[in-house]
Amino acid sequence: MVPLSYYLLLSAVLFSIGVVGVLIRRNVLIMFMSIELMLNAVNLSFVAFSRFLDSLEGQVFVFLVMAVAAAEVAVGLAIIICIFRNKATVNVDEINLMKG
Amino acid sequence: MELVLFVIFGAVAVASAIMVIVSRNAVVSALFLILTFFCLAGLYVLLNAQFIAALQIIVYAGAIMVLFVFVVMLLRTGKEARRGYRLIFQKSIGMIFVVLFLLLLGSITLMVAVTGMRGPYTAEAVRNIGNTQAFASVLFTDYLYPFEIISVLLLVGIIGAVVLAKKKR
Repeated sequence: MVPLSYYLLLSAVLFSIGVVGVLIRRNVLIMFMSIELMLNAVNLSFVAFSRFLDSLEGQVFVFLVMAVAAAEVAVGLAIIICIFRNKATVNVDEINLMKG
Repeated sequence: MELVLFVIFGAVAVASAIMVIVSRNAVVSALFLILTFFCLAGLYVLLNAQFIAALQIIVYAGAIMVLFVFVVMLLRTGKEARRGYRLIFQKSIGMIFVVLFLLLLGSITLMVAVTGMRGPYTAEAVRNIGNTQAFASVLFTDYLYPFEIISVLLLVGIIGAVVLAKKKR
């Protein structure tokens, strides 16, 4: 069996790639995808812990995270469409005013 | 065999995750993100979580990424500017801190041993009653209340998305 620490390391690497994506990219859509990547990295460690502790609670948490992610994507993309309609850009450096 | 599959899925997942954040085109990023999700589904199967693997493909690679690709194509954003960051040294300082963060996480995962109360669902027990049935018996007994709350959250998400994306009159 693959040891737990391998899964946790893979999860840490994927999470860090997501953090890099949020920090270095200016396209709000790609930043949003990086956030999805971070959520998935955490899901991987939930499932790994649930496997190695012989408990299904971790998988239930993954289920809840997926439902929250679906709601988050729907609302987030609606906000992005709203911003694009007002400012005609998806570059976060140009979106610097709370008042349109 | 399991290790080989783990290495293949893990390497493809990391490589496509890197492609997500380096590609200049948002559609290419979205497609590589779908590949990452498929690799994660493979890893879930290796971890005896077949139901979660199916959900990963249906909900993430299906529903969520279709929404992403739809919005990317709707907005027609074009290529991103390479230069002109508002914050100076944003990339380099960000990379330094992420590397430090990764070292911290890696040292924690390698040094700390997992000690916890072990549950009743060993691989053998889950195989006997079936993964989906075992999962459902936990979800609909101990976690019924969060499950109901999730339905309210999804309703709020639907209404919020419609209200936000509606054209102002």
